[in-house]
Amino acid sequence: MTTDNVDTSKRRTLTLATSAVAAVGTGFVAVPFVASWSPSERAKTAGAPVEVDISKLDEGRLLTVEWRGKPVWIVKRSAKALEDLKTLEDSLSDAASEKEQQPAYATNATRSRKPEILVLVGICTHLGCSPTFRPDLAAADLGSDWLGGFFCPCHGSKFDLAGRVYSGVPAPTNLEVPPHYYVSDNVILVGEDGSAA
Amino acid sequence: MEKLLNWVDDRFPLTSMWNDHMGQYYAPKNFNFWYFFGSLALLVLVIQIVSGIFLTMHYKPDGALAFASVEYIMRDVPYGWLIRYMHSTGASAFFIVVYLHMFRGLMYGSYKQPRELIWLFGMFIYLALMAEAFMGYLLPWGQMSYWGAQVIISLFGAIPWIGDALTLWIRGDYVISDATLNRFFALHVIALPLVLVGLVVAHIIALHEVGSNNPDGVEIKKTKGADGIPLDGIPFHPYYSVKDIVGVVVFLMFFVAVMFFAPEMGGYFIEHANFVPADPLKTPEHIAPVWYFTPFYAILRAVPDKLMGVIAMFASIAVLFVLPWIDRCKVKSIRYRATIYKVNLAAFVVSFLVLGYLGMLPTTPGRVIAAQIGSIVYFGFFVVLWYTSKNENTKPVPERVTK
Repeated sequence: MTTDNVDTSKRRTLTLATSAVAAVGTGFVAVPFVASWSPSERAKTAGAPVEVDISKLDEGRLLTVEWRGKPVWIVKRSAKALEDLKTLEDSLSDAASEKEQQPAYATNATRSRKPEILVLVGICTHLGCSPTFRPDLAAADLGSDWLGGFFCPCHGSKFDLAGRVYSGVPAPTNLEVPPHYYVSDNVILVGEDGSAA
Repeated sequence: MEKLLNWVDDRFPLTSMWNDHMGQYYAPKNFNFWYFFGSLALLVLVIQIVSGIFLTMHYKPDGALAFASVEYIMRDVPYGWLIRYMHSTGASAFFIVVYLHMFRGLMYGSYKQPRELIWLFGMFIYLALMAEAFMGYLLPWGQMSYWGAQVIISLFGAIPWIGDALTLWIRGDYVISDATLNRFFALHVIALPLVLVGLVVAHIIALHEVGSNNPDGVEIKKTKGADGIPLDGIPFHPYYSVKDIVGVVVFLMFFVAVMFFAPEMGGYFIEHANFVPADPLKTPEHIAPVWYFTPFYAILRAVPDKLMGVIAMFASIAVLFVLPWIDRCKVKSIRYRATIYKVNLAAFVVSFLVLGYLGMLPTTPGRVIAAQIGSIVYFGFFVVLWYTSKNENTKPVPERVTK
């Protein structure tokens, strides 16, 4: 085929236009495949709120429930534990809960709706391990000044009894407080803020 | 027979392909021990594909059934234990062979001009292999499968702005779940093996286009005889095909010894926590990746900041891609390079091994400092190489290969 006297710029324009249309088409075809990786309707339904009855929860104990497949802790703190929280502020990296790891109604000194009841997502903010509940004061492995809290066995992050992270550990932020509200005095709904929030 | 071959050759380039890649592919005559690992990697790939295909015939990629189906393979399927141990041992063997193959490249400058693309294809193979191994490790659905994947997927959460949405998309659920297992299964058995095989073909085609390097780093194509054949070249078949079979036999002796007598390798090839079914509500006491990921895991943990740690870990792999352009020394083989390169490479290997060891252990303040020093030496290799390789005090390189 001879290319003399052929206007190659028209050919180039046509080739470019065809390629551009094909690229856009490929982009559209990719959408359903990419979208298919998002959580399915079933997974979203399974992520529905969870109702928890805390009437039988004793002081100083921890209750674990499953919400969206994650452990959610509910801890009933003693008056002394709440007092101790104030003494820790210098050794924490975000004592005032300034980073958005909690709903507005839990942005307070105890990081909770009711002062004594703490609701937390039990997943370390470092790399997603589940820390262990260590209410034992002055635990041998955690130091004589340990006032109770959570310790992550994976990479050694420490949190106090309000889920606030100690400074100098790998976890960057405080533990997350999930959305929750009190349906009644002793029933918490985890997963929704509630209309009054 | 001759007629049949002619009939095929008129329709498909069978004879010319055979000659290009085997019968008349002239490889340097001075290959040594280190040149076994390329063909061994190919062997392990075949072992993994064959054993993997047979495992899928009994395995169930379902969050509720996966763990039990692996135990079913181990206990009830005839020779199921053998096929599974072949596959799990093969995974570790793959990395051992590939690490030695890469070290060979570092020693003899096999990544240098004109072989940069061979190195790049090789690095992509290594990357695909890591993805393949990571996704395969989730499939037994044990505690370490589950929490290892949790930790690795969380790494993507460190990316600013899109991190959380990205991890949700990768998992397909709010936690690692059946959805994650199922898609990892699909990627592990179909998508990544296809990519791997394609890359291996590209790696070999690129190699056979420019010709193999050798322990002297001499280009044998520069000295050709009257017949146009490199004087220092010998046909791959039968010379190296037969030599490689000896390597295969010795390799398989080690391989089956592990497979029969120590398939878990004391918890290094199959971690003990993986004999407990996955439990999303309970993290094992100590999470460590399988040994072949631990050097990078140690780098991740050495950095106190989460995002910076993730960046450092990815950078430790990414920097290998640009190695052909970091090393500006014209001399290829370590035999004729300056002492500084030998010391530098030795320090790099030591740091890699030390980091690999530290990555298996729980962290303590002392070990964090050790990992930080190791990380500095690791990255220091590339920095020192960049500055010293330009005007390196090299020895004269011979015209022809030595024995």
